Amino acid sequence: MPSAIRRRSPEELLEQIQAEEDYERRGRLKVFLGYASGVGKSFRMLDEGRRRSERGQDVVVGAIQPKTTPEIEAVLSKLEVIPLRQVDGVYVMDTAAILKRHPSVCLVDGLAYDNPPGSAHASRWEDVNELLDAGISVITSVNIQYIDDLRERVQRVTGKIVTQTVPRSFLNSADEIVIVDAPPEMCIAKDGQAGAGSGPEQKLSELREIALLLAADVVDKQLEAYLHRNGIAQTFGAQERILVCITPRANAAPMIASGKRNADRFHGDLTVAYVRQAEISATDQEALERNLAIARAAQARIEILDGQDPIETLLKFAHDHGVTQIFVGHSTREQWWERFTGTPLDRLIRGANDIDVRVFPH
Amino acid sequence: MPDRPPLGKLKIFLGYAAGVGKTYQMLEEAQAAKRDGIDVVIGYFEPHGRKDTIAKTEGLELVPRRKIDYRGGLFEEMDADAILRRHPELCVVDEFPHTNVPGSDRLKRWQDVQVLLDAGIDVLTTMNIQHLESLNDQIWNITGIRVRETIPDWVMQQADQVVMVDLTPRALLNRLTRGVVYSREKAEKALENFFQESTLVVLRELALRQTAHEVEIRQVDYDAPGFDPEPGYRDEADQPSENADRILILVTPEPATAMLIRRGKRVADYLHADCFAVAVSREIDLHDMPARDREMIEHHLNFARNLHIETRVLQGQDVARTLVEFAHLNGVTHLFLARPQPSQWPALSRRSLVQQVVHLARDMQVTIAADRANRQQPQVGSGAGL
Repeated sequence: MPSAIRRRSPEELLEQIQAEEDYERRGRLKVFLGYASGVGKSFRMLDEGRRRSERGQDVVVGAIQPKTTPEIEAVLSKLEVIPLRQVDGVYVMDTAAILKRHPSVCLVDGLAYDNPPGSAHASRWEDVNELLDAGISVITSVNIQYIDDLRERVQRVTGKIVTQTVPRSFLNSADEIVIVDAPPEMCIAKDGQAGAGSGPEQKLSELREIALLLAADVVDKQLEAYLHRNGIAQTFGAQERILVCITPRANAAPMIASGKRNADRFHGDLTVAYVRQAEISATDQEALERNLAIARAAQARIEILDGQDPIETLLKFAHDHGVTQIFVGHSTREQWWERFTGTPLDRLIRGANDIDVRVFPH
Repeated sequence: MPDRPPLGKLKIFLGYAAGVGKTYQMLEEAQAAKRDGIDVVIGYFEPHGRKDTIAKTEGLELVPRRKIDYRGGLFEEMDADAILRRHPELCVVDEFPHTNVPGSDRLKRWQDVQVLLDAGIDVLTTMNIQHLESLNDQIWNITGIRVRETIPDWVMQQADQVVMVDLTPRALLNRLTRGVVYSREKAEKALENFFQESTLVVLRELALRQTAHEVEIRQVDYDAPGFDPEPGYRDEADQPSENADRILILVTPEPATAMLIRRGKRVADYLHADCFAVAVSREIDLHDMPARDREMIEHHLNFARNLHIETRVLQGQDVARTLVEFAHLNGVTHLFLARPQPSQWPALSRRSLVQQVVHLARDMQVTIAADRANRQQPQVGSGAGL
């Protein structure tokens, strides 16, 4: 594997030890993620509980949704269930009872549920957090429409407004995340409700894409964390990362537009970088600001880098951040001495090695 | 191979490693289909000694394999002819990327499946992301293994459905250590090499992203006439294709050309761009070249055609000029060149091909594709067990 061990500072090492200790104490969180009801999240979650219980782990069911299928009933009958509490006619997970029982694994369906007013926590995911803090591992299921930063996108597709949410950061903290994938027609068949309105299959297919990309993003974060924990610098990745290099005089607009389009198509990541130059004229400063404004409008991450040699600086940044494509502008005017020393572009291409270099004419 | 969609429907269960449960899930679906009264047979099934999976074949009709004699050994392959004679509604075919033993009617199992589909038989099949052609170099880079059995991207694109069979790397590693996937001895070896957690995480992410891409390209085409999206519904990436990209790949005898073709095609697919590949020769039909170079170019052009890239041999004295002129005439927006070999860095006062092309192609983007070779672990594997 192309990876390099980084030397870490004492602070980083301490931080790592602390992180490891916290990690050891806390329960493990595993999330089954679905894009619609009917894909089978709850069943997958319970079935994993059953298998673990058969392998001798101490598993209880902490919460299950009221509507069940015969398949689910069959699995439930093999597991210990801690009954839900009823508060003002609303069923609530009995967190206190679970803490008292203290199993090693607790199954919690419907992570996004809200608790009634007056409960210790406003939402079920906070109860789950408490179980994790107590060292109980949790296996849970959630539909993407409840993930806070996806809510708007999902609403645009479904037209349904949901009020309950689970923070993305909580999802990112999961040790394991599993996507429960199924083609849309299966959800329609099982669910029945999606039959109304135009193009339910199209809607479901869009939700499915959102779910797959969300899972990929979470997995990407986990990989970063894993590499960081083990002091490995990232030199490869599954995600396309595009680095657009600009200067004050660069014709930045087409480069950034293309970078944005490519990043969107690949569902990748877009960074615009500028290597600070020591003395630049007021005109250049203005031009630079204009270019940076274009980058901000494209919602690119912006990096102002410092370094003696712009090419070296860009290459180092690209390699450190797992960049897969570098976009650069190239002036067709060539200095005579560059015939002998090689142009900056030659040096960039030579140094890029395992990164695509895309040259834009100026 | 014609591009018209085949009559039968193909569904691919996509995973990222052996043991994630592709075959199990495929068989579960076959069983469900049988319960619904569909006429199902198993065309090919690889038990790998996994009890749970074998149990899932119970009650499903198995079309006997064909025995083929090769170099004194007896090999078994799927018997496409027998399946055609039996003509079920739905056929289960494990290990889609498998290469048939010499002496079989077709080189690859996916070609056998193509025949079944053409005859109107629906097919369920399994594969891992490692076997997708356009990811071959990236997989090499990540795992150190050069996968030999690949599925061209257009074959996956033709599938009616691609479903991701997901399992977390940790659960997979647990299965391995419990001996569910392989025998203990083989498992230990697998754990050392391919099944490192970080490698699995990357492969899984690739599979998730690929599945998302497959879902996306099957969605309604917003650019199609008559489609009226809700306002505020499109994003910029879905603008109609007035500034459509056209990608042109330069084919040379250099081995890096294969990598260049895969990368160019992958970028073209994601950008929904047209993709061409050309070689440039002084004489018509490459006659001026040494035999070895000619062979390599033919080989690369053939490879490109297998990936459904249109190819051409251009005649011209100056490679850069000929390439760029052709590009201008054909509305190419984007050229793909391989990285110069170390020996080809410009000698004093001579410009490299890259430099020449960049200077001439004033209104085009030029990509110098990365060398995604894996230097740490130069090794070759069949990839069959991945």
